Amino acid sequence: MAHLAIEGVSKLFGTSFAVRDFSLEVGDGELVCLLGPSGSGKSTLLRMIGGFERPSGGTIRIDAKDVTTLPPERRPTGMVFQSHALWTHMDVFNNIAFGLKLRRLPKAEIRERVESALALVGLADYSRRMTTQLSGGQQQRVALARSLVLEPKILLLDEPFASLDQHLRERLREEVRDIQQRLGITTLFVTHGQDEALALADRIVVMRDGRTEQIAPPSTIYRQPQTAFVAGFIGSMNFVQGRTRNGVCEHPLFPLAIPIEDGPVTLAARPEALTIRPSDRAGAATVHRIVDFGTHKMVDVDLADGTRLKAMVAPDDRIRAGMRVEPSLASFFVFRDNELVHQSMPAAAKAEIEALQRV
Amino acid sequence: MTTGRSSMDLRFDWIGLLFACLLTLFIALPLIVVGTWAFTEVWRYPSVIPQQFGLRFWGQTLARGDVWDALFLSLRLTTTVTILSAVICLPAAYAFARMRFPGRNILFLSFLASHAFPKFGLLVAIAGIFLQLGLISTFWGVVLIQLVGTLMLMIWIPVAAFQNVDRRMEEAARDAGATPLRVFWSITLPQAAPTISAALLLTFVGTFYETEGAWLIGAPEIRTMPVLMISFINNQIVVQYGAVLSVMLWVPSFIALMFARRVIGTGAFARGFGA
Repeated sequence: MAHLAIEGVSKLFGTSFAVRDFSLEVGDGELVCLLGPSGSGKSTLLRMIGGFERPSGGTIRIDAKDVTTLPPERRPTGMVFQSHALWTHMDVFNNIAFGLKLRRLPKAEIRERVESALALVGLADYSRRMTTQLSGGQQQRVALARSLVLEPKILLLDEPFASLDQHLRERLREEVRDIQQRLGITTLFVTHGQDEALALADRIVVMRDGRTEQIAPPSTIYRQPQTAFVAGFIGSMNFVQGRTRNGVCEHPLFPLAIPIEDGPVTLAARPEALTIRPSDRAGAATVHRIVDFGTHKMVDVDLADGTRLKAMVAPDDRIRAGMRVEPSLASFFVFRDNELVHQSMPAAAKAEIEALQRV
Repeated sequence: MTTGRSSMDLRFDWIGLLFACLLTLFIALPLIVVGTWAFTEVWRYPSVIPQQFGLRFWGQTLARGDVWDALFLSLRLTTTVTILSAVICLPAAYAFARMRFPGRNILFLSFLASHAFPKFGLLVAIAGIFLQLGLISTFWGVVLIQLVGTLMLMIWIPVAAFQNVDRRMEEAARDAGATPLRVFWSITLPQAAPTISAALLLTFVGTFYETEGAWLIGAPEIRTMPVLMISFINNQIVVQYGAVLSVMLWVPSFIALMFARRVIGTGAFARGFGA
């Protein structure tokens, strides 16, 4: 259990910033996901915490101790790499025992700790196998056991499931979450998969171009994105460009009340917040394609200006490709210059408030 | 569909067989002829097989003191050159693989220089220098000249070996608490070992058979096995003496290659050349 504090950390490669003035506090036993597209600086940040990169500025503290300049071998962190990085000239036992041997622990204790680490990741009978004889999922478990056996204060996971297939990835991330909660180990998890972040994290840090876009729990990130980038990066989002004048949006299909200063805006709405109904009105939208996912249908709708929107409808909805439809927004966000400037009250929340007012 | 594929799989590859036969013919035929001559006492034209086999020339060759002297000298020389080459070249190869310094690329390419020019011209030039230094016809003179020939192999292959070691493996060891020196000893070196062993083996075999340098610098005092074989072939009318020495020379490299195949695996050679 440990507390991690990152204060104004930057990393400069040549003349470009990989990470710029980044700050974050991670509490005891918390699992924080660093989420962002390739090149957003999330792996560089993790490598700075692990000691593999020296920050150009700022400080990193673990339990109030400044570790910014310490080499990796003197930090209380454990890293699990995307490529597993298992030592192929050693068997599973020796891979896990390597760090314990460096600490000159008695042989009996090393054996006991390796066996319990292997049992923890569900590979109790695999200690004498060579790492090349293991499947991708088993290799990742060994890599996890190799880190956990040293009882690090902070566990760092650098896209550990990226090379695994979808099914295995889902199973392993649940196992990792269980182990992390059981041990109560403070964990930083780098991923570019939003589903992974939403499923695992206590909090998500969305990064872009080396900077923080938003830090919040998964439900908040999804329901209350603070920037257009976060709104578009997490889940599926429809964007419509428009202008407001006198508190009303001038878009012909979405004449919504938006109480902000006049100027250009980006309307954003989730597919589940976009409703469509048949219409004969001139200038209405056209259904381009319908994809049936079983639990719901996803309808692609083309607006007159060429914008394509996605609407989620019930699986028994009778909408057909080529139909003219009128879209409307049940709830929406309004962004200007990437910043959230207005958020409509979600329909469900509105109904709840009205019900309360009636009481 | 399935039947079609299996019939394709089972179709005999006649062209492949032809190539295999031709290669075997070109490689094996000269060896067979030399091997046969070594165990022949009488073989006259136009007979395809010898008229009389025997070990008479083996007895005569092995009874000569200069043959045993040359054999032990060759083994001593080759071992010395291989060890010295490893001591000099492996740290340099690690530096080339992992460090960035001014002139690195030019220096790296310069190791090709000894193989880019006609070798004999280079040897004569070096011999001129050695003459002034009093290294002609000495053990260490031959060691030095043979070292030059090993540089390219012992730099280029280990560089590829060190470059192919996954940096994440080294970082994982640092993460587990190992110092950089311990990482090199426990992770980098074992990971690069098969390819480096291949380079050492090629150096050993190449040095064992090196003739031009050994002859030019070593003569007349230092006579290695290949130099002795050449003098036998040039000065003796009897073919069998040269053939016996050829077979004797073939044995160490055969043992080394069998060892390599068992311990290192053929993949290491390919990886060493960047495959």
